[in-house]
Amino acid sequence: MTDETTSAFRRMKDLPSTHLLGTGTPMCSGCGGLQALHEIYDILGEKTVFVNAAGCMTLLSVYPFTPFRGSWLYTAMASAPAGAQGVRDALDILLEKKRIPPEDDLDVVVLTGDGSAYGMGLSATSGAMERDLDFLYICYDNEGYGNTGQQYSGATPHAAKTATSKGAHGFAGYKKDLFSIWAAHKPAYVATVIGSEPLDLARKIEKAKSMKGPRMIIALAPCPPGWDYDPKDSVEIGKLAVKSGVWPLKEYVDGEVVHTKLPHPRIPIEEYLQKQGRFAHLFTPRRDEALLAQLQAKVDAYWEGIE
Amino acid sequence: MSRRLLTGNAAAAWAARLARVDYIPAFPITPQTEIIESLANWIDNGEMAGRLVTLESEHSMLTAAGAAAATGVRVYSATSSQGLLYGMEMLYNVAGWRTPFVLTNVSRGLSAPITLEADHNDILAARDSGCLQIHCATCQEVLDSTLMAYRLAEDERVRLPVIVNMDGFYLSFTREPVLIPAASDVDAFLPPFDPENIAFRASAPASQAVAVLGGSPYSYFRYEMHLAAMQALEVYEEIATKFAEKFGRRHDAVEAYHCEDAEIVLVMMGSFATKARAAVDQLRAAGQAVGLLRPRLLRPFPAAHLQRLLAGKQGVVVIDQNLSMGKGGVLHAELASVLYGRKDAPPILTSFIGGLGGRDITAEEFFEMVKVTREAVASGNTPPPRLLYNRDELREVHKLQAIAHVEREELGKGGDKP
Ligand SMILES: Cc1ncc(C[n+]2csc(CCOP(=O)(O)OP(=O)(O)O)c2C)c(N)n1
Ligand code: SF4
Repeated sequence: MTDETTSAFRRMKDLPSTHLLGTGTPMCSGCGGLQALHEIYDILGEKTVFVNAAGCMTLLSVYPFTPFRGSWLYTAMASAPAGAQGVRDALDILLEKKRIPPEDDLDVVVLTGDGSAYGMGLSATSGAMERDLDFLYICYDNEGYGNTGQQYSGATPHAAKTATSKGAHGFAGYKKDLFSIWAAHKPAYVATVIGSEPLDLARKIEKAKSMKGPRMIIALAPCPPGWDYDPKDSVEIGKLAVKSGVWPLKEYVDGEVVHTKLPHPRIPIEEYLQKQGRFAHLFTPRRDEALLAQLQAKVDAYWEGIE
Repeated sequence: MSRRLLTGNAAAAWAARLARVDYIPAFPITPQTEIIESLANWIDNGEMAGRLVTLESEHSMLTAAGAAAATGVRVYSATSSQGLLYGMEMLYNVAGWRTPFVLTNVSRGLSAPITLEADHNDILAARDSGCLQIHCATCQEVLDSTLMAYRLAEDERVRLPVIVNMDGFYLSFTREPVLIPAASDVDAFLPPFDPENIAFRASAPASQAVAVLGGSPYSYFRYEMHLAAMQALEVYEEIATKFAEKFGRRHDAVEAYHCEDAEIVLVMMGSFATKARAAVDQLRAAGQAVGLLRPRLLRPFPAAHLQRLLAGKQGVVVIDQNLSMGKGGVLHAELASVLYGRKDAPPILTSFIGGLGGRDITAEEFFEMVKVTREAVASGNTPPPRLLYNRDELREVHKLQAIAHVEREELGKGGDKP
């Protein structure tokens, strides 16, 4: 478990009550990614420079407005971690040569979607971890290429319908295990979070902020248009993802993986699935028992020996 | 100041060292590697203070270069050929970010087929990226142009990345005597990079490269870049003058050789122009009024210089070391576009494509090109563009094809190959 005793965030009421990130962004209502980003930014504070890759969040800053109090650099879809490398190295050079005072230093934060993180940007991320870059990577994982209309990405779960996997059985592949891929690089920190569990999220960001080196965060990001549900249900769907065990909340530190919230008892995965239009074909016109059983078995297999 | 035998690559490395670059993101590719290895050695030995980081690709390398320059340090990098293409998305980005840094490109032909040898299709693919381009013909020019490029890139009226180009093998690995200026003289010519308005600081948050919606802000920023690139011509002239005052060598936007009284003028870029120069000498000795123009800047395109230098000539021979498939030579098209419709434009503009993939251009071929152009002047008919390629070469390729054919036949007969 995360250090509940040492954390500044012991109870919900310890969380910041106002948001640092400005309002009026063009994100969809109920965007789980934006929810997570709000919470993360509140903990990180404004002494940050966000290095962004192409995705929904690119539209947070549209000339001449920005909801960020700190800095922002848009790069491209494949190389945001390399942008972070350039900014971090340059800040270090400037600090070393005393060309800027220590107070002017910034936390370098990469912000990308899953399409970039799981796919196109993976080699740049791997490189940054291998070079032990001192940065925080936030991937909001809406399980598809959201900005271009929710096509399948390397993060799309088995059987989900997307704009490019519309057949009767949805997406035939399986969600990549990015947590393990990242952890295999032995970075300083890897954690999964979700906006609907703000206390767990706050503790993890607090911990990540206190560390040096590559720190990696994957935030599952319920996405109303992409997952096809009413925006008002975002928080509930997020909670169901955790309760059903679909989205394990965990962290990797010093070579060990620790689960920070055990879904106990675990609710059936179909309670999570049936809320979303992208899985509707599992229930109508008739229940696809075989596929549902397969999906449940996969989750059960994951938790075997953990609970 | 000292005088040494340096390869083009070593000259580029020396320039980066003298420019006191802070940061060098790198990725290896032949024939650029010697540049980065030299810098790495100097940094390891403590002879140079920069920080070198090897990235996992040129795409990342250029992202890091732009991001570091945007944070306010002086950046240098180098690449070639496929590397330049792999980073192409970011070339457009870093230019759009208006971040100044210098990139050396060691020209090499593009795949496929894959080759290590030189031509200009790589660098010309970057023509519209917003990065400015300087093309060198000697190792001395590589060193000098790199120093000038920093002043150009960092000038407040410009603020764009500059690519300094040299030909792979012909310059990158050819040793020539190069004057290495004293560090103190370079310091006086090139003050430290100290951007006031661009940089990420806790005390002064900034947003860079944000999205725009609607064509109006997009057009505005793109046009600003265009104006800056155009402005760079004038700025370049100032820098060339300052450089000449300080170091006694002048590098104009267009190098003109025996042009004043020339009837026929050759136009070409890069190190092969030194062969053209020798051909001009020979033709002059034979009494022919021939000259040579070598644009050193391709972006911004020195249109006015070329218009002036070519005014009233009888014929122009454009030799392109590149091939735009389905069109022809890029330089030829560029030149035609600035000469068209001018009363004093030469009536004949011939086009030759040569030197692809490192293929040599011989003195006889230069003579032939001039002859063909003279005939065109006499007849008033411009001949179609021509690839410099001869019967012997074709025979050589046919021989290779015959060998391949025989091999295949033998394989068909169940030869000893797997
Ligand atoms: C090189 C490149 N290819 C394709 C695109 C088009 N594109 C823009 S955003 C996007 C989707 C990104 O998906 P993800 O990283 O999951 O972020 P999300 O859109 O879901 O926020 C794509 C494919 C691009 N910008 N750059
Ligand atoms: S498409 Fe999804 S991830 Fe993108 S802004 Fe909308 S809700 Fe958020």
